[in-house]
Amino acid sequence: MTTLATRPTGAKARAEISAKTLRTDRWWLAPLITAVGLFAWVAYATFRVFMQKWYWVDEYHYLTPFYSPCVSEGCEPAAAHFGRFIPDSPWIPYAALSLPFLLLFRLTCYYYRKAYYRAFWMSPPACAVPDGHKNYSGETRFPLIFQNLHRYAFYAAVIISIFNTYDAIMAMQKANGDFGFGLGNVILWVNVIMLWAYTASCHSCRHIIGGRLKHFSKHPVRYRAWTFVSKLNTRHMGLAWITLATLAITDFYIMALAAGWFSDLRFVG
Amino acid sequence: MSVRKFKVWRGDSGGGQLNDYQVEVNEGEVVLDVIHRLQATQEPDLACRWNCKAGKCGSCSMEINGMPRLSCMTRMSTFEENETVTVTPLRTFPVIRDLVTDVSYNYTKARELPAFAPPPGVAPGDYRMQQIDVERSQEFRKCIECFLCQNTCHVVRDHEPNKEEFAGPRYFIRAAELDMHPLDAKNDRKEFAKSQQGLGYCNITKCCTEVCPEHIKITDNAIIPMKERVVDRRYDPLVVLGRKILRRDQIAPTASAEPTVHAGPVKVADDMAPVDFGREPTPPLPPELNAKGHVNLNEMLSDRSAAASPFGDDLSFPVDPKGLNYYHPDKH
Repeated sequence: MTTLATRPTGAKARAEISAKTLRTDRWWLAPLITAVGLFAWVAYATFRVFMQKWYWVDEYHYLTPFYSPCVSEGCEPAAAHFGRFIPDSPWIPYAALSLPFLLLFRLTCYYYRKAYYRAFWMSPPACAVPDGHKNYSGETRFPLIFQNLHRYAFYAAVIISIFNTYDAIMAMQKANGDFGFGLGNVILWVNVIMLWAYTASCHSCRHIIGGRLKHFSKHPVRYRAWTFVSKLNTRHMGLAWITLATLAITDFYIMALAAGWFSDLRFVG
Repeated sequence: MSVRKFKVWRGDSGGGQLNDYQVEVNEGEVVLDVIHRLQATQEPDLACRWNCKAGKCGSCSMEINGMPRLSCMTRMSTFEENETVTVTPLRTFPVIRDLVTDVSYNYTKARELPAFAPPPGVAPGDYRMQQIDVERSQEFRKCIECFLCQNTCHVVRDHEPNKEEFAGPRYFIRAAELDMHPLDAKNDRKEFAKSQQGLGYCNITKCCTEVCPEHIKITDNAIIPMKERVVDRRYDPLVVLGRKILRRDQIAPTASAEPTVHAGPVKVADDMAPVDFGREPTPPLPPELNAKGHVNLNEMLSDRSAAASPFGDDLSFPVDPKGLNYYHPDKH
């Protein structure tokens, strides 16, 4: 060898590459789909939550999850399984006790954090694509430090899932007290099962169930539960989107029945 | 065989540019093969770090069409025939030359992380663990230290000042591995991850998991569990209260009193000299040049019979422990 290798000179400069990203694939597609999907869902949900009608099918006892539990004084008496004690106002959703916690559960969810940090906050929009911000402190400061309280939103979501399950059970009894089962019940049950799957696949749930342990061998039952939750957890993203879809479909179906756009397909009664 | 178009970044810390090349590509080849052909046929002094060509040594990390990848594991068949393939060095680390970067940031962060602490009262050789207890940690042992995750993480990639505070995904899996280790005796690792490694900077956008060539689930299995463990220790009022009432796993609140490791020399043990984890090791002196400005390659002219020391001729062993930038438990 006749030339000397370049030695590190102590200057700490990165490679000078003018292009912000050299990615040639469609990296912008995934954040775009996420942004459109989330925006559309939030717009629909907001519209429905403040609509304050077509949420209850009295004939089959169907209650949409967006109004469960219905606790406003404006609720129809038959739909209010747990009493009516919140003042009736066009600005207060009928399910004002559950919706804020559900929103928090999804806002602090480890999957949705990835989704909206990428799609809305551009931090970063995609891997190896520059962050849209000059400074970055992550989740170390107010308000994002509160993302650490995801587990409390999870506890609330478990309680609300119990209410949803109760609604699904109640919906199998018709207005005259007889047992009934129709397409609406199938949709309600699919929604409830998916909500449970999404809630159980939560990363905080995985931690609480067994992830926090150091010795699985000393806690065989918790280890088995952790293994089960871990399997669900790998599908957390999928379940997050599936539940958005089932919630919107359930709500739309019940709205359509309540508004009389079409009638329920009945299997029994 | 076909001739394909390439753009390869050439330069050093003073600057550089993307050069265009046309290189022959054969069936079954990977990007590293093309880099080697480029060296053999057109650019004999193109610098590139590589070793095993089997995706196990983690040396040939570079950015191919803007994505951090191992060049030995990126098949040419994944690109279109007429596509120009752009190859650049890792962006997050200082460049040394061409495709070779200075990854010492990662080694500094590795030194800062306390090693496995042996359990008291158990002699080495008597360690016994159940398979299910070590399984979780074993996933993280697959790491080949290619530093693609460190390179792609926007916390340091796009924000150079965060390098001081932030250890990066590779060291979060190390922290998780040790915190989940059934026999590790150190019980302030959660505190350490929060206050010294900057775990809170991570916003779980999962790019580390996306680029990992070993398919380690870095975010789901290490960072998020570590974040949840930190919540147990620092943020969850009920768990903190429960621990106080039940007097469970009482630990001294070390982290707030501890100096930040990045600040300067840290006293690791009472009877030891402070260690400066961030100290820049003195670079070895360049070889002496002769009157013509070249190295004396002729053995007759050299002042010793063997090859020059790879550590530099000015370094004698053993090194003074006070000058080390790591913690050597046996050398005081």
